[in-house]
Amino acid sequence: MTPEPDPHQAASHAARASFGRLVALLASANRDIAEAEDAVASALEQALITWPGTGVPDNPEGWLLIVARNRQRDMWKSAARRTRADLDQSDPSPRTRLEEIDPDAIGDRRLELMFACAHPAIDPTIRTPLMLQTVLGFTSAQIAIAYGASPAAFTKRLVRAKRRIRDTGIPFTIPGRADMPARLNAVLEAVYGCYAIAWHDADGRSHHEPDSMGGEALHLAATLATLLDSESEAWSLAALIALSLSRARARTGEFVPLDEHDPATWDAELIAEGETYLRHAGQLGGPPGRFQLEAAMQAVHAARAYGRVVDWDALKNLATALVTIAPTAGARIALAAITGRTSGPEAGLALLDQLPPATDRLSAYHATRAELLTRVGHSAEASAAFRRAAALEPDSATAAYLRQRAEKSHVSGA
Amino acid sequence: MRYMLLTHYSESDGESQSEEATAAARVAFASYTATLEAAGVLIAAEVLRPSESTTTVSLVGGELRIQDGPFADTKEQLGGVFLIEVADLDAALDWARQAPPARWGAVEIRPVAAHTVTGAWTA
Repeated sequence: MTPEPDPHQAASHAARASFGRLVALLASANRDIAEAEDAVASALEQALITWPGTGVPDNPEGWLLIVARNRQRDMWKSAARRTRADLDQSDPSPRTRLEEIDPDAIGDRRLELMFACAHPAIDPTIRTPLMLQTVLGFTSAQIAIAYGASPAAFTKRLVRAKRRIRDTGIPFTIPGRADMPARLNAVLEAVYGCYAIAWHDADGRSHHEPDSMGGEALHLAATLATLLDSESEAWSLAALIALSLSRARARTGEFVPLDEHDPATWDAELIAEGETYLRHAGQLGGPPGRFQLEAAMQAVHAARAYGRVVDWDALKNLATALVTIAPTAGARIALAAITGRTSGPEAGLALLDQLPPATDRLSAYHATRAELLTRVGHSAEASAAFRRAAALEPDSATAAYLRQRAEKSHVSGA
Repeated sequence: MRYMLLTHYSESDGESQSEEATAAARVAFASYTATLEAAGVLIAAEVLRPSESTTTVSLVGGELRIQDGPFADTKEQLGGVFLIEVADLDAALDWARQAPPARWGAVEIRPVAAHTVTGAWTA
C-alpha cells in the first residue's frame, strides 16, 4: 500500500523537479527570467495552501504551470495598467483551465534557457550561478555559500544578469550548426561548474542525495545530453560527473587518495550510469573531446570496483591525449603523476620541471612533486613540498592529509 | 527588436590613412549598408565627422556650458551609427560582426529602449 503523498513534501519535490522546466517555459515568451521565477514561486506558495485541503493533483506540474501562467498574466496586466492611461478593461488573454493542459505536451525549454544563461554576451563568471538558480532553483543565499561570497553581492549580480538577458534580447534558442561548437562548450563549462562547486557546498548534504548540488549537476548534465542527443561531449560530461560522484561517500570525512579508496564505498549504480553515458559518447564517433578523455580516465579508476587493477598505461595514453587537446596545468600535472607510475618518478619530475612558473601556485603541483620526491628518496624536499601543497590547498580535509604526509616525510628523512 | 550599432575607432588612423585604404573603407561601408538594406533590417545609418568638430553642451547648476570637443576625450571615438531592426541579440551580433569598423575598431550593440514615430514616443 502506498501512503498518501504528503502535500508539503510533494510541493517541495515538485519545486525542485519542475522549477527549471516551468521557469524556462514561462520566460521563453518574453525572456523575463525574474518575472517567470516570481510567477513559479507564487504558484508553489499557492500549492502549499491548496494541496493540503484538496490533495495533490494528478498532474502537479501542469497545475503549477497554469497557476504560474495566470500569475504572469496578472503581472502583465498590472504593468499595462501602470503604463496605459486608456486601459481596456477586457482581458485579451483568457485564463487557462487545468483540463486544457496535456502533461506530455507541456514541452521543455530548459535547453534554450541553458544556452541563454551561457550566452557569449553574459559574463562567464556568472553563467554557472545563473544556471544553478534559474534551471535548478537554488537560492542566491545557497549559491553564495557555495562560492564563499556575500549573498547581497551575489543577488545583485544575478539580478543584473537576468535583466541583461531580458533587455539585450538574448534569445531562447538552440544555436545553429555554425555557432554550436563554441556555444555548446560554454554550456558544458557552466554545467561542469555546477558540479565543481558542489565540492564546496556548505549545506553538509552528501552529494548523491537527490537535492544536493552535485546530484542536481548530474541531473542537469544528463538532461543536457538527452536533449541534445548527438553531442558526444554532452554525454561525456554526464559520464564524468556520474563517475566522480560515485566516489562521493569515500570523500566525506578524512581525505584518502584515490588509489587507496576502498572500492566497496563507491556507488555501483552511479558507476554503471557513468559507463553507460561514456559508451554512448564513444558510439557517436569523432575525435574524443576533453570531457570524454577525462571521463575515460575516471572509468579506468572505476574498474577497481570490479576487482581489476588500475591500467596505468591506458591512463597515460588518455592523459597524453588530454594534454594535447587541452593543455591545462591540471591535465599536465596529472600526466606527470601518471608518468611517475609508468616510467618512474624521475620521468614524472622531469615533466613537472617543464611546467610554467604560474603552476607554482597550485596545491596539486606541489603535492604531485612531493609524492614523486618521496619515491626517489628525497624526504626533506618531499616534506617541504607537502607543506607548500597544504598551505595552498583550499579544502581543509585534503590540507590536513598533506600536513600529515609532510610530517611523515620529515620523520623518515631525519 | 531595435538595436543601435555604435562604431568606435581611433581617429588618428583616419588622418594617416592612405587614399587606397580610405577608398577601400568607403567600398566596405557601401557594400555593408547595401547588404543591410537588402536584408530589410536597416532603419538608418549615419557616419559622423571627426570628434574635433564636436560641440558639447551641458547645463551645470542651470548655467549653460558649451565645450569645444567631445564629452569624453578618448583615443577611440564614436564614428557612426547603424540603426537596425532584427529578432534578437544573436542577429544583431551577426550584423555587428560584419560591420567594417569591427576590423579597425569596435562595434557596440545597444538595444533601443524607445523611439519616436511621427513625433510620438513608442516603446
